[in-house]
Amino acid sequence: MAASNDLISMTLAQARDALRDGKVSSRELTGAFVSAIEAAKPLNAFITESGEQALKMADASDQRIAKGEGGALEGLPLAIKDLFCTRGTRTTAASKILGEFVPPYESTVTQNLWDAGAVMLGKTNLDEFAMGSSNETSFFGPVFNPWRANDSNANLVPGGSSGGSAAAVAADLCLAATGTDTGGSIRQPAAVTGRVGLKPTYGRCSRFGIVAFASSLDQAGPMTKTVRDAAIMLKTMASVDAKDSTSADLAVPDYEQLMEGSIKGLRVGIPKEYRIDGVPAEIDALWTRGADWLKAQGAEIVEVSLPHTKYALPTYYIVAPAEASSNLARYDGVRFGYRAADPKDITDLYERSRGEGFGAEVQRRVLIGTYVLSAGYYDAYYAKAQKLRTLIARDFTSAFDQCDVLLTPATPGPAFAIGSKTADPLEMYLNDVFTVTVNLAGLPGIAVPAGLTANGLPLGLQLIGKAFDEGTLLRAARAVEEAADFKHSPAKWWSV
Amino acid sequence: MSVDKDTVRRIARLARIAVPEARIAPMADELNGIFQWVEMLGEVDAEGVPAMTSVAAQKLKWRKDEVSDGGQADALTQNAPDSEDHFFIVPKVVE
Repeated sequence: MAASNDLISMTLAQARDALRDGKVSSRELTGAFVSAIEAAKPLNAFITESGEQALKMADASDQRIAKGEGGALEGLPLAIKDLFCTRGTRTTAASKILGEFVPPYESTVTQNLWDAGAVMLGKTNLDEFAMGSSNETSFFGPVFNPWRANDSNANLVPGGSSGGSAAAVAADLCLAATGTDTGGSIRQPAAVTGRVGLKPTYGRCSRFGIVAFASSLDQAGPMTKTVRDAAIMLKTMASVDAKDSTSADLAVPDYEQLMEGSIKGLRVGIPKEYRIDGVPAEIDALWTRGADWLKAQGAEIVEVSLPHTKYALPTYYIVAPAEASSNLARYDGVRFGYRAADPKDITDLYERSRGEGFGAEVQRRVLIGTYVLSAGYYDAYYAKAQKLRTLIARDFTSAFDQCDVLLTPATPGPAFAIGSKTADPLEMYLNDVFTVTVNLAGLPGIAVPAGLTANGLPLGLQLIGKAFDEGTLLRAARAVEEAADFKHSPAKWWSV
Repeated sequence: MSVDKDTVRRIARLARIAVPEARIAPMADELNGIFQWVEMLGEVDAEGVPAMTSVAAQKLKWRKDEVSDGGQADALTQNAPDSEDHFFIVPKVVE
């Protein structure tokens, strides 16, 4: 048996092969992760740990492997963002209002993972209802980024909203994790924790059983150590699902196979509007280096224009809150979740359950959404934003006449200090400036670790693909990954 | 357009969220900051542009209007803050 550190630092693909070849058992592997999670409590990456259940799932996997019946992810321990409903395991969305909600059903994405033999280690922390870019709005407290600057002991945010999943992957607390991405919530945390995060095309993964935030933008995807691992995870997470009417009626291809091969002749677009003021020179330099890496491998670099880029964030902050205010109307203190004590009438029950149950950022967004949908303001805000969304999507369609993928920075900066951006909501929103356009247009995007800042913090590059062309996207991402040769991991300062 | 304290109270009521009186003024400031920033959309002439109604190219799927699931009253009420005999208990609504 290998040392526990060697086990947990494996990639998903390496662990899959080791299990298949009988070099390690799922029980050994799962046990190593359960211990690592136990030792990493200071990171607060998990809301609910399910170590006992994980070991049972691992034993069942070992029996199936022994009989030669293993699935695509047989025996591989994963972490699940606590936005995916898991039958019999508390699901909180990091909100007080869900209370001790224990779903009597399973989300399609997680069901696909368990059907393929994967093992659940636990449910990871996130921003409340996935609303945030730093994991600081969680009712269960902030997550600490496993990375620290090499000149400071200050705790940094892991990005958000999938901050717990990102921290768990970066700290070797799981082989891979699930995330969801409404405006950048997979790609931004992956980038600032030095790992890979893939947001698939809208409709590629079923939304059934995922706590809804903004239904026309939400999409589940993998957070992994490598591009190959993202391809492996997506193959199982994606499916055609009758329970989600927006699930795409397209067969799921073998992404691991599509990812292979040269990028010779691939046309890579560089959108000039992504050069924005106030972005550190390090990010700009990394972007240029990324284009050079792809060019050196035979890609053709083309400058393209996405003229409505700067309107994407304000458009998002109308559309997403509008959908959220509607989706979150279901939390009424009646059918499930938190209920305020001693309500004097039904309105008091609703108002106080929601007032006490929702945190500050969620309340702010529900109020924004209610306002932009209210009589007299609908046309000025919501209808206008939906038109802008059409223009933003058209920008991409035109750009993709000239190129096959786009290359951009993933974030406007590295991980920042806990508490440094919570006072001003607008400053926090700007973290998603490079990622949010992709959700508005429903396209796939991936963040790939590409380098370190001068003080040792990870930075990522983003690639954006055509709808349902995750294969080409992954192939380009792999080219960036190979050229960047990012082998860094955070020092394990949290291990007690 | 500026959001005043009465507007905050009105939308909080519409949203069925009890916002404490001490939070009303700060919330008005926060919302104003956000709405002023959103005003930049006014720069764009979107006359004649169709509003996006679906981000996916495919048509919404149809299915037969028939019962495909049900009989799960236990599961449906198991997370209720208060329930009895498969009913949700709420304060008296009708006198």
